[in-house]
Amino acid sequence: MQASQNTITIDGREIPFTAGQTIMDAALAAEVYIPHLCHYPGLPPSGNCRLCVVEIGNRSAAACITQAAAGQEIRNNTSELNAARKALTQMLFVEGNHICPSCEKTGNCKLQAMGYYLGMLEDHFPYFYQRRETDASHPDILLDRSRCILCDLCVRASREVDGKNVFAIAGRGTEAHLIVNSPTGKLADSTMETTDLAATICPVGAILIKEQGYRVPIGQRIYDQHTIRDIGLQEHATKKQEEK
Amino acid sequence: MEPDNNPLPPATRRIAIDPVTRIEGHGKITLLLDADNHIQEARLHIVEFRGFEKFIQGRPYWDVPFIVQRLCGICPVSHQLAAGKAVDQLAGVRQLPPAATKLRRLLHFGQILQSHALHFFHLSSPDFLFGFGSDPAQRNIAGVLKQYPEIALKGVKLRKYGQQIIAAITGKRIHGTGAIPGGMNKPLTVLERASLLADISDVLQWSLEALALNEEIHTVHPEHRDFATVPSNYLSMTGANGELEFYHGGLRARHADGTHIFDQFDYCGYQQILREEVRPWSYMKFPYLSALGTKHGWYRVGPLARINNCDAISTPLAEAARQRFKAFGQDGLVHDTLAYHWARMIEALHCAESIHKLLQDPEITSTQLVAEKGELQPEGIGVIEAPRGTLFHHYQINEEGLITRANLIVSTTSNNQAMNESVRSVADQYLDGQEITEALLNRLEVAVRAYDPCLSCATHALGKMPLQVALQDANGTVIDQLTRGINNEIYRYQ
Repeated sequence: MQASQNTITIDGREIPFTAGQTIMDAALAAEVYIPHLCHYPGLPPSGNCRLCVVEIGNRSAAACITQAAAGQEIRNNTSELNAARKALTQMLFVEGNHICPSCEKTGNCKLQAMGYYLGMLEDHFPYFYQRRETDASHPDILLDRSRCILCDLCVRASREVDGKNVFAIAGRGTEAHLIVNSPTGKLADSTMETTDLAATICPVGAILIKEQGYRVPIGQRIYDQHTIRDIGLQEHATKKQEEK
Repeated sequence: MEPDNNPLPPATRRIAIDPVTRIEGHGKITLLLDADNHIQEARLHIVEFRGFEKFIQGRPYWDVPFIVQRLCGICPVSHQLAAGKAVDQLAGVRQLPPAATKLRRLLHFGQILQSHALHFFHLSSPDFLFGFGSDPAQRNIAGVLKQYPEIALKGVKLRKYGQQIIAAITGKRIHGTGAIPGGMNKPLTVLERASLLADISDVLQWSLEALALNEEIHTVHPEHRDFATVPSNYLSMTGANGELEFYHGGLRARHADGTHIFDQFDYCGYQQILREEVRPWSYMKFPYLSALGTKHGWYRVGPLARINNCDAISTPLAEAARQRFKAFGQDGLVHDTLAYHWARMIEALHCAESIHKLLQDPEITSTQLVAEKGELQPEGIGVIEAPRGTLFHHYQINEEGLITRANLIVSTTSNNQAMNESVRSVADQYLDGQEITEALLNRLEVAVRAYDPCLSCATHALGKMPLQVALQDANGTVIDQLTRGINNEIYRYQ
């Protein structure tokens, strides 16, 4: 196959890809943003959040777990897809206790930033108001499961990068929840450390370094200054730079 | 009057005013008449349930200042700072960097200035400028803007300036961030300071004019002296030398005759001097000074209490105003409920002067704003003088840093019994056996508004809340009912 044939089109724009590359990676490399929450450069994809679903011809697929193939004609930034993404984001909000005014992740939260990016003005769906256990046993790390969106990023980061396997998702459907791999099930009895990628990768306020909340003033937080699109593209570029 | 916990005394009729307007949140007044049509008791019901003390349980302690500030949209900074002081204790911090304390004080002066401006100009001035019984369609801030544009605009600008200080320090005019364990999260920049200093002369002038207006209102209307007036005990914080103090000091309480009940009491022991009584007809508790008991221990807090209680004010213009206030009271305490507004404007002037002084302090732009944390402590208590009075925040945490217990005594709660007493006083004077009129109803609201425009944090359009009055006999039968609708239309149901 000739190199010139290894292209896909996203919203009419021709984009190159390399063999084995996902649509998400090819798009980000070409600075085309496909909304996502559970994708992180360098970690294996999981297809959990479904925000990156795009239309390929007459079918839908999650861009983070679908390999790019020559000639694919992909629709990404359409009003229909963005409406569906907004509804998915609203569902993520109401499934957990995402009360932005009283959450220390506000301004640095990818879920909140995604809501802004997609023009989400209200929750639309009724809140579940679920009660999930908060684990503050670790001296330096807080685990607030009520904010977990089950993106699986901490699971993959701990396994693939930290080499620790601290986290897993247990249960199914609405019973799915984050568990800790330790004799007591408590974070304090795991091998988790603040220097682990899993300690800082959480896109929402579920895993936090203790006593750091609100230290960055309003106006200087990540999403005070950037959109989630900027950060999505930047994370990819940074990873590519590191690989060089 | 002795508090009564009975649901309804025998042989009484009930007049209910629900809700009270131009007070943020819902208030409902029930007047209990005896068989001779005399007011037997007044009950200001607080019907909202907030639940903050319960739902912050299980939250990490460093989140608390920013959760509990949501209690209020008018004085969130006071809640943030009271909680912040408690959180400093929880984090084992004994001493903040000097610049952090100065920044918190500046923030709080901005808060009190904007809140006092809102309280008087936006919510209470219509009553005084148009008269208590005037047309309600005109008696609001929009009416003031139309009829007295110069006064209204200066009030609006005063509030705006206070909010600009808050925004510069916390990032937002309402519900920003700032007080983190051991200090503040952002310095005041040189540019921000210059911008605020540029307007301070105007702010001082407007504060002086606001004070002059209130002095005149109170001193030239002899009927204001008696309106809703109730001699009472007073509680407030004062500085080490007995001076007016909003941020940190000891507690002082006085009898109505001016003698001290206690002075320079360490607020961390507040449970030794204060108790809270629960009554079945209100969600709001009734605090009292434990030394005096439930019958005689109720007290007033807020501007009137602070100006009555303090021995001096550290800024010259406000101190001169305090001297005039004291002379008006013939060197005794001033118990006039409507003098709350006068005292409020003395404090607003003190805020303006203090802001001017702090902005000129070279240390105010320092970036040394956070102290080293110490060992986690199981308990933290923060007390501050909020715009409407002494505010208590008390938290306990477990060894993991999660809140296990919280107790908040907000200013309005402290004034609860006093508001009931003032309402009864006004009702006694104006409603005894008379036909209910809109003007009479508003007089009751004027009494409540002197203490507090925010019985909760609900926000409503000014003058748009419907007002209902029902007159019931001892058997609960409605014998008269008056309703003021959203467009000020009056309905009477027979």
